[in-house]
Amino acid sequence: MITVDSLFVTFNRGTPIERKALSGVSLTLEKGEFCCVIGSNGAGKSTLLGAIAGDVMAESGRITLDGRDVTRLPAEKRAGLVARVFQDPLAGSCGALTIGENLALAAARGNRRGLGKALGKSRMETLLARVEELGIGLEKRLGQPMGTLSGGQRQTLSLVMATLSPSSIVLLDEHTAALDPANAEFVLHLTASLARRFNLTVLMVTHSMRQALDYGTRTLMLHEGGIIFDVQGPERATLDVEDLLEKFRIARGQSLADDRLLAG
Amino acid sequence: MSAFAFFGAVELGLVYALVALGVYISFRVLDFPDLTVDGTFPLGAAVTAVLIAGGWNPWLAAIVSMIAGAAAGLVTAYVSVRFKVLHLLASILTMIALFSVNLRVMGRPNVALLNEETMLTPFLTWGDAAGMPDYIVRPLFLFVLVTLFALGLARFLVSDLGLAMRATGANARMAQAQGIPVGAHILSGIALSNALVALSGSLFAQTNGFADVTAGVGTIVVGLAAVIVGETLLPRRGLLLAMIACMVGSILYRLAVQFALNLDFIGLQAADLNLATAVLVLFTLILPRLRQKGRAA
Repeated sequence: MITVDSLFVTFNRGTPIERKALSGVSLTLEKGEFCCVIGSNGAGKSTLLGAIAGDVMAESGRITLDGRDVTRLPAEKRAGLVARVFQDPLAGSCGALTIGENLALAAARGNRRGLGKALGKSRMETLLARVEELGIGLEKRLGQPMGTLSGGQRQTLSLVMATLSPSSIVLLDEHTAALDPANAEFVLHLTASLARRFNLTVLMVTHSMRQALDYGTRTLMLHEGGIIFDVQGPERATLDVEDLLEKFRIARGQSLADDRLLAG
Repeated sequence: MSAFAFFGAVELGLVYALVALGVYISFRVLDFPDLTVDGTFPLGAAVTAVLIAGGWNPWLAAIVSMIAGAAAGLVTAYVSVRFKVLHLLASILTMIALFSVNLRVMGRPNVALLNEETMLTPFLTWGDAAGMPDYIVRPLFLFVLVTLFALGLARFLVSDLGLAMRATGANARMAQAQGIPVGAHILSGIALSNALVALSGSLFAQTNGFADVTAGVGTIVVGLAAVIVGETLLPRRGLLLAMIACMVGSILYRLAVQFALNLDFIGLQAADLNLATAVLVLFTLILPRLRQKGRAA
């Protein structure tokens, strides 16, 4: 479960380029909820994710993950509670380490790291099983460096890595934006099926309105650091991309010119 | 090259193999170019020489040297991590400071250890009894000791903790997202690296019979040379092999130097050593690039 209570974040405070990135965002995600976040560039989507993950420190407000107040904790201390997949496939995994080692790093997330072998027998079996079920043949390549894989393969494994340890909150920051359509769809399907299987609480930032309606259980629209639209359940099921755009126009009070928002 | 000179070079290579292992941790594992080692090497030698001259057990003296080295490394890493001082600069500052510290430790620029009991003494006595010459017993002893450290290090680097350290150096953002305290790993890694270098200095003092405040000049380059020579000859992946490559690289580097000095027709003198080292390191650094170009053409 994620709760965010009147969260404020300002960048470059006190300078001429001061910018309010989040102004009083409140949000509760129950366990098992899969929430898609949309909004134009600079709306505060990534800042919201960053604040929950601990990359961006809250100026005021409160964030709890699974009931634990993490508002003041640095990113590495929150990692036991929350997993992330970044937009850049190179950022979420380590190209210089092998595929197996990357998975082992993620499997130990939230546990005390000791002197036991990172790729011990029992862990290796678990990892192999998880990679094998992807059906893309990577189980034979665990000893190869992560850097030899394509962006899609790396992003697929990043998703597996995010669901290896028992934490149930996953933050996805436009994790399919850098992929070609076929790979993006594969990764999105995998996201949905993993979320169901492990009953994950997911917050997914996307630039695609189509994705924001097709995947998950709830859709959130951010604009200038605030939530302007929040829909779920039967009402969401009847919505179309056109309706979303209309909502956005009304909220923004002007016509929509941002091409990136329309894409996909 | 005489057998005596050959085994002498191997011996020195094994002493510096610990520097190579230390430099491997800072440069390769943590991606933290750490010049502290130029000060930590003579620090290890100084602490050991003073303690042994003061009647301490040589093994204990070596352990204290390692602790001193680790402390020096911690200073560099802390300044860099906590105050965001550029790692290179932080390490140069510590290195400069250590010059004074080393003089203070010894009370004078050098301390002789002739006829003192060292870690080697019992083995030399034993070798004498078995009819084995000193110049073989000494490298043999060092080989066993250094191999133990190399094996231990390889085992550490494949553990969860060691893997976390490698991730810290390879992709800090990803490491953090996986719950790895990046700063703590830099601190402990640089401390470990400098402890190994200080042990190397300690062994240098014990095998050569003296500690000198200037003995550390160029330690980083020698260590780097060993790492790079090793990697060039054994470019395969795998950590155990990388550790072995460090040892082999260090020994080969010393043999190459010895060989060059023995070739009278080149006209090299001992004074040319640093120049030759710099040229060798530069050559091994640009070799992979030259090869790439050759392939592309």
